[in-house]
Amino acid sequence: MSSSPTVASRLKGRSELGVALLLGAAGLVVFLDANGLATPYSRSDPVGPKTVPFIVAGLLVICAVLLALNVLRGGSGEAEGWEDVDLAHPVDWKTVLPLVGAFVANILLIDWAGWVISGTVLFWGSVWALGGRHYVRDGLISLALSILTFYGFFLGLGIALPAGLLEGIL
Amino acid sequence: MDVFSSLMDGFATALTPMNLLYAVIGVVLGTAVGVLPGLGPAMTVALLLPVTYALEPTSAFIMFAGIYYGGMYGGSTTSILLNTPGESSSVVTAIEGNKMAKAGRAAQALATAAIGSFVAGTIGTTLLAVCAPIVVQFAVSLGSPSYFAIMVLALLAVTAVLGSSRLRGFASLGLGLAIGLVGMDSVTGQQRLTFGLPLLADGLDIVVVAVAIFAVGEALWVAAHLRRTPLHIIPVGRPWMGKQDWKRSWKPWLRGTAFGFPFGALPAGGAEIPTFLSYVTEKRLSKHPEEFGHGAIEGVAGPEAANNAAAAGTLTPMLALGLPTNATAAVMLAAFTSYGIQPGPQLFATEGPLVWALIASLFIGNLLLLIINLPLAPVWAKLLQLPRPYLYAGILFFATLGAYSVNLQAFDLVMLLVLGALGFMMRRFGLPVLPLVLGVILGPRLEGQLRKTLQLSAGDPAGLWSEPIAVGIYVIVAIILFWPLLMRLWRMARPEAAPAVAGMQATTVPDAARTNDENADTLAMDDRATDTSQTTPAGRQENP
Repeated sequence: MSSSPTVASRLKGRSELGVALLLGAAGLVVFLDANGLATPYSRSDPVGPKTVPFIVAGLLVICAVLLALNVLRGGSGEAEGWEDVDLAHPVDWKTVLPLVGAFVANILLIDWAGWVISGTVLFWGSVWALGGRHYVRDGLISLALSILTFYGFFLGLGIALPAGLLEGIL
Repeated sequence: MDVFSSLMDGFATALTPMNLLYAVIGVVLGTAVGVLPGLGPAMTVALLLPVTYALEPTSAFIMFAGIYYGGMYGGSTTSILLNTPGESSSVVTAIEGNKMAKAGRAAQALATAAIGSFVAGTIGTTLLAVCAPIVVQFAVSLGSPSYFAIMVLALLAVTAVLGSSRLRGFASLGLGLAIGLVGMDSVTGQQRLTFGLPLLADGLDIVVVAVAIFAVGEALWVAAHLRRTPLHIIPVGRPWMGKQDWKRSWKPWLRGTAFGFPFGALPAGGAEIPTFLSYVTEKRLSKHPEEFGHGAIEGVAGPEAANNAAAAGTLTPMLALGLPTNATAAVMLAAFTSYGIQPGPQLFATEGPLVWALIASLFIGNLLLLIINLPLAPVWAKLLQLPRPYLYAGILFFATLGAYSVNLQAFDLVMLLVLGALGFMMRRFGLPVLPLVLGVILGPRLEGQLRKTLQLSAGDPAGLWSEPIAVGIYVIVAIILFWPLLMRLWRMARPEAAPAVAGMQATTVPDAARTNDENADTLAMDDRATDTSQTTPAGRQENP
């Protein structure tokens, strides 16, 4: 942190403008979507499917504008903190991105390779991203969890998670 | 059919060996998950929802009752031993509870929390059994206009009363309502916000939304700021209380219950305000005020009782009106709907046996909690020592599993990630998550009542205030909305009263860290219009 705190705080303020932008964009999407609906006037439904989306879009846009003003005036939302959360250091993308990677890997693998494999990848990858370095132990735990949940869901709850590549073996 | 005999029938259903087993499983699972740091009761219920899917509704709800109280109790254990309130309602418990634990009185803190929860839960559930039918009798006389007004009140109250920034609350509510719009319109069958994706036509599964916002958002958020230093977890033996502790606890339990139940039952309920009121009251009434801040047992006994009584109170509008007032009730409502059961006044008539079995199992779950958890407390304390990578990887793992098992489609996992990212962003920028979740659940119901109302009045907006109760509720809504403005006028008229007002404001936000700098507040007032979220020159956010 060599730069002065004002620059840092201004940058933080600016990132929150992204929230206002998101709200505004969401409002716009809701508006355009509702506007595109064709609704013949109906006596039995005078409100129609458009009214509520229009109100929601209005709410979102008003919030977006007010939030932008609030941020520009120096307001900022309070980040949520507690014992496991150390707000002293900035967002640690080196942890978050691999974590998201493990999550995406699971989405891509689950239907093809099956839950046992994709779940193992998910858990192992997440532990690794979060700083676990006992590769073998973590791997065994991941595999055990996936197999246990697979059979637990099948036998206990009657939910058949996809077996995927291991079909016939499991 | 009076309350008592219905309740006895409920007990008869709930006490079959199989259902009792489900109640035990629910309590143990609920506590185990609830104890995990970062997992509040709402997340616990959302994560464990899939477990109940395979069961028939009665057994599922019996298990649910156990999970509900188990999750609540688990959260208090965490806040006492780790100073990690899983949900804002446990914040107050953590103040004295953690101090007690640090002073070597963890066993007594846990005991007074457990027994206090039991006392409050039992009284609260009794009140629920008595009050719910009365509310139902009143509710069947209500028409769509009143329902619409009540839902508007619930949404606005949760958005405007809780949390530190009303503006950010409304932003969150808007996002929730927008998410609730996704899918087929219930009246005309037109697709809204589906972007041509057939998978979105049925709307987003509320379990997916809740798990994404609570669990995935939380895991990502913690991962971004994970504390690398080891945590200090206080070892604990079996909880017990001495004679003196009993003497000092029983009155706070009862007073806490008295605070908790009514607040829980109100549309703007929740446990934050009653737990804080209970804390303040105990501090004032205590014979040992000097102990407050250093681990006073009254400061654990009262708020914990208030918390549990509020939990029971919350179920009154949930069952009788179909109106969830906190995150946990919102998730439970989602669970009801997934079984095709619509909570509301008709529920007691159409699903009477199920409702009474649920209420009976709340009593049973409460007792089981006491029997099971006092001896198991050391085991739960061990759970807290779970290495953090395993804990958060596990949350993601089970969140994925839970969301996937609802429909068995990978698309839900994509939504889980997208909404999880939204949850992450909301935590980063201080947007409260509760208005979003309630918006998703109540939005479609609100729209349904609006359309029904105007259908009855043939499009005349006057139909909205055609019932006296609706008018009364709109007055309350207006007061809540214009509260900051009223406050401002009042302060301008009586400037010397301002400090008292500042003190009152602090009670609505039980956060010790938030100081109310009066001068700064007045400065910021000058350039404030209708924007309700103000900032002081220091850039610190103030409660309006």
